[in-house]
Amino acid sequence: EYSSHDTKTTSRIEKILIANRGEIACRIMRTAKRLGIRTVAVYSDADRDSLHMKSADEAVHIGPPPARLSYLNASAIVEAAIRTGAQAIHPGYGFLSESSDFATLCEDKGLTFIGPPASAIRDMGDKSASKRIMGAAGVPLVPGYHGSEQDIEIMKSEADTIGYPILIKPTHGAQREAAASFGINTILLEKYITKPRHIEVQIFGDKHGNVLHLYERDCSVQRRHQKIIEEAPAPNVMNDFRSHLGQAAVSAAKAVGYHNAGTVEFIVDTVSGQFYFMEMNTRLQVEHPVTEMIVGQDLVEWQISVANGELLPINQSQVPLLGHAFEARIYAENVPKGFLPATGVLHHYRPVPVSPTVRVETGVEQGDTVSMHYDPMIAKLIVSGENRAAALVKLKDCLSKFQVAGVPTNIHFLRKLADHRAFGNGNVETHFIEHYKEDLFTDPNNLMLAKETYDTARFNASLVAACLCEKERSALNSSPPGTNGLLPIWYSHPPFRAHYQASRTVELEWENEYDGSWSKFFTFSITYQPDGNYLIETGEINSPGLEVKATLLHNQDFRVETGGVSMDVSLSLYSKDKIKHIHLWHGSHHSHFRQKLEFELSDDNEIQQKTNFETASHPPGTVVSPMAGLVVKVLVKDGSKVEEGQPILVLEAMKMEHVVTAPFAGHVHGLQVTAGQQVSDRSYLFSVKKHLFAKCLEASVLILHDSLSDLHGVYITFHYTLHFRVVLII
Amino acid sequence: AVSFTSNPWRSSKPIQLLQKRDFGLGVLPDGVDRNSEAFAQNSKAMEGRISQLQSHISKVLAGGGEEAVKRNRERNKLLPRERIDKLIDPGSSFLELSQLAGHELYGETLPSGGIITGIGPVHGRLCMFVANDPTVKGGTYYPITVKKHLRAQEIAAQCKLPCIYLVDSGGAFLPKQAEVFPDKDNFGRIFYNQAVMSAEGIPQIALVLGSCTAGGAYIPAMADESVMVKGNATIFLAGPPLVKAATGEEVSAEDLGGASVHCKTSGVSDYFAQDELHGLALGRNIIKNLHMAGKQGVMNGLHNLNPEYKEPLYDVKELRSIAPTDHKQAFDIRSVIARIVDGSEFDEFKKLYGTTLVTGFARIFGQPVGILGNNGILFNESALKGAHFIELCTQRNIPLVFLQNITGFMVGSRSEANGIAKSGAKMVMAVSCAKVPKVTIMVGGSFGAGNYAMCGRAYSPNFLFLWPNAKISVMGGAQAASVLSQIEMANKKKQGIQWTEEEEEKFKSKITEAYEQEGNCYYSTARLWDDGIIDPADTRKIIGFCISASLNRPLEDTKYGVFRM
Repeated sequence: EYSSHDTKTTSRIEKILIANRGEIACRIMRTAKRLGIRTVAVYSDADRDSLHMKSADEAVHIGPPPARLSYLNASAIVEAAIRTGAQAIHPGYGFLSESSDFATLCEDKGLTFIGPPASAIRDMGDKSASKRIMGAAGVPLVPGYHGSEQDIEIMKSEADTIGYPILIKPTHGAQREAAASFGINTILLEKYITKPRHIEVQIFGDKHGNVLHLYERDCSVQRRHQKIIEEAPAPNVMNDFRSHLGQAAVSAAKAVGYHNAGTVEFIVDTVSGQFYFMEMNTRLQVEHPVTEMIVGQDLVEWQISVANGELLPINQSQVPLLGHAFEARIYAENVPKGFLPATGVLHHYRPVPVSPTVRVETGVEQGDTVSMHYDPMIAKLIVSGENRAAALVKLKDCLSKFQVAGVPTNIHFLRKLADHRAFGNGNVETHFIEHYKEDLFTDPNNLMLAKETYDTARFNASLVAACLCEKERSALNSSPPGTNGLLPIWYSHPPFRAHYQASRTVELEWENEYDGSWSKFFTFSITYQPDGNYLIETGEINSPGLEVKATLLHNQDFRVETGGVSMDVSLSLYSKDKIKHIHLWHGSHHSHFRQKLEFELSDDNEIQQKTNFETASHPPGTVVSPMAGLVVKVLVKDGSKVEEGQPILVLEAMKMEHVVTAPFAGHVHGLQVTAGQQVSDRSYLFSVKKHLFAKCLEASVLILHDSLSDLHGVYITFHYTLHFRVVLII
Repeated sequence: AVSFTSNPWRSSKPIQLLQKRDFGLGVLPDGVDRNSEAFAQNSKAMEGRISQLQSHISKVLAGGGEEAVKRNRERNKLLPRERIDKLIDPGSSFLELSQLAGHELYGETLPSGGIITGIGPVHGRLCMFVANDPTVKGGTYYPITVKKHLRAQEIAAQCKLPCIYLVDSGGAFLPKQAEVFPDKDNFGRIFYNQAVMSAEGIPQIALVLGSCTAGGAYIPAMADESVMVKGNATIFLAGPPLVKAATGEEVSAEDLGGASVHCKTSGVSDYFAQDELHGLALGRNIIKNLHMAGKQGVMNGLHNLNPEYKEPLYDVKELRSIAPTDHKQAFDIRSVIARIVDGSEFDEFKKLYGTTLVTGFARIFGQPVGILGNNGILFNESALKGAHFIELCTQRNIPLVFLQNITGFMVGSRSEANGIAKSGAKMVMAVSCAKVPKVTIMVGGSFGAGNYAMCGRAYSPNFLFLWPNAKISVMGGAQAASVLSQIEMANKKKQGIQWTEEEEEKFKSKITEAYEQEGNCYYSTARLWDDGIIDPADTRKIIGFCISASLNRPLEDTKYGVFRM
């Protein structure tokens, strides 16, 4: 139709640099490869052997582990693209994806930025500005005050007009890092919606002025203000509402001359049924696969094609709606400890098998380390089904079968979430987890539940004991020690004893991962039965022995039969710090056990992983000694305010001085060491707590439950002093 | 039997051929009629014997009683069988010997003779274990304890098995010192054997897990390498009370002869263990480090092993139903062989000659063996056939398996005139001199010279086991009673005393009873005339273990003495 298409083919993208890491880098590369486009990865020291680095045709090292020095280092990335001859840069999400400066830099250097125009990024990056533009374009906004006049009296009267509760936000609050370091000095006021849902619309525009939407996603279920389960389309939404929402999103995009992928976020007041524009994410989102699943399109392919200047492949009326899809984000985190990010080695990593209805987006492999430098997300599990109920069944099944061992994960928690009746009914809202916390978290005082959990763990431990014996039997069978003579008969199964049955004891320590409050030892006596079964006894009164038949199917998969029921069981074994860890999965159960290693380690061919400084798990801001050494100088007092990178103390080890610095700006806490003191490797030195102000910015939200004129409460230092009674959400 | 003739479109002839091919050359038929009365009776009788055996065994497995076991646990000590379980390779088998040694031998019970012995693999190397049971009389040595210890050493020396001594003993049982201390095969012989075996390159390892006093102190001292466990192990020639009495020195057991003293100062011991589990792990490590470079090649000298062996065609459990407890009833030994050998394949030698002795070649777990089994009284021909067959096997280095069910050699004028003594002597000569591994299983009676010719205890088979129905004596009780009553009657006649029938019966029954008791398998096993009573169903496995252990040494050539022709 258009002859201009043919002339443009000469400048099509043939090589893309992906300015990102992890699963999104891998995901972009996959599409690029399918399209015959070569890929360039960038990596930091921490990602030297990472999957995204290995998956790319070429990979360029861009700096040390801290993102600031690598994945946020725009010039190094642009230079890498020029060096490798990439014509385009895909920023993924996070990092530089919403930096208008970076987009501009790319264009200046003659590189195609696969994303929206820099102007749109800038417009949408400023909350007040974006709301102004949206308001002008007729997109519904949360009642509020976005004016530049920041006088306290004006604020007060505006707040009274809007009505309470009210929310106070910094205007650039969306980007925490930016907010923390740039020192924003304007705030806005907004109506606080008590029972909100988070619904966002995927939009897409081309460079010819066409914009369409690909339906909405519901991302209400969040913890620590981060989404963990997303779905598309949003449940319990009328078609009318859906199309209004879609149209509003398209209008929003058009208002800023948008092209490429974007997401318009709305807050839905479930009480009034109103929706309001919140913000626009000018990038491809983490949860984009749920949309891809229901529209049957590859959004990365669209991004590249739009970047090539092509028209969108379909128009609004051609967008299909194929069933329902969920995404569950699997994180390395400690759920009972408030979802604290965890680090460590993925000793066992076996995602569920993929199929047309099951997608796994991952940037890690078994043996990789989840480091403290980046987001602890391990994988995204995306499933689809004919309708929400069918997709939910699939989601639960896949979560049960998703095997991760080595670091604590939120899989069990996600499974519980998915299992919750309110979730099943689609009654999602932003405070879902808070609202149903009693159902979702184990209450250590619930004795009934504790007993049930304990019984399950004991049963699982019995299965572990049987499987361990069976694994050993199989190993002996396939390669009995002593190659010559009749020796193998000494290793036949069951082991022979004259007039009695051989037995052994197995001791397992159950790691109660779900509430983390207590662990328990199980001591089993395992008797080899003449028919090859294992009789497992605990020695506890009123606990009859369990006869288990275990068959090894593969390396770590077993078929186990007990009490007339036969089932699949998977086991993962690894050794860490002289402790043998055993994980078991069967049905919807996952249990983690520990076993003291016997004295002979050399017999054990399981992987032995040395924990290092990187993998030790500490709360953020904790600084541990990088080595054993002598404290030579302590440069600051405990409690003092420090800047990022400011030297705190000096260690001396191996005739070398080593300066320990603050990881970020804040106040020093718990600094107990003194000059002349010897510290051991990885011992706690101090921690840095962010300034309250930074925390406020990080939280992005201050909720006022009362009038501003009420002066009782906490003092918050801002660019001027405001007297708030506040609830801080962090 | 399954009949195929009902198939209308097939003639019966090719099917017969098929059936023949199915059974192949040398495949033994089932040979057991499961519906017969004898089968049912034998099963029932054997079941009774086995459950009686189980109940005796379960008592000795409990060791020296609840109180002693509890005390042992409190000291963080395992029971001897548990210690062995931790030493042998995980999931491997252990062939325990003479579990019922000392059974009803003394006025008091002495479970397993106060010592556990047996064979099991450590890091793929078969070892002989000798473990004191501290819960039984403090692990002290009764005469039978010494005998069992020496028997284990004898097997180890014969099979060249490294010895692991798990020492936890108060030394000789003093009240019986006269039967324990002075004689050739008494306590001193233990150390003599250690020295001689060490000289022959058979590793001697001592793990001191408890006390090790007086003479016992020489077990670790004589060992090639030894381990001591902190806190529990002590070695001294005289304990603190005796030291105080002798020199007035007051010293604790730990300071006198604990692990620290001997590992750091005296050098009596080589490895210091933090606790018992650590000590046992060190023991495993010692075996791992033996290596025995160059010596591995000569062991298992008997090759021609077929690793792809078949199990017997018939259920080994049926061995429990074959042998009658009444020794007068005959049974075909081939039905036993059919349940012991690979694929039930047995190539009979001289099948038609001297038919009361069944001889032939087979494999057990792939290892070629020559089998001699009794099918009745030994005649001239049977004995000659036996001698011939043994010569064949020794020449070819094929281990011998004797299945004893023998009432003796044929007596009577015709037999004597035919030179039965000469023929018997040939077989005894062959058995005595054969240097191939020999394993004897008594599956029925073992009487008179038949016991000799079929490799009884005196002929040093590497291993000898009994079925629970076995009986051993110089002759049957009834025969002995009859012989003795005839002599007694003659004596009385000389004195002019008339014996009433009642008196004669009484005399006879007393003798029969004594023979019955002394011929009982428990009487035998309590005195270590054998290496244990086994469940018939375990026969195949145990022969396999025995041959495996016996092959752990280089080949030896057999030289015979003068055969009387």
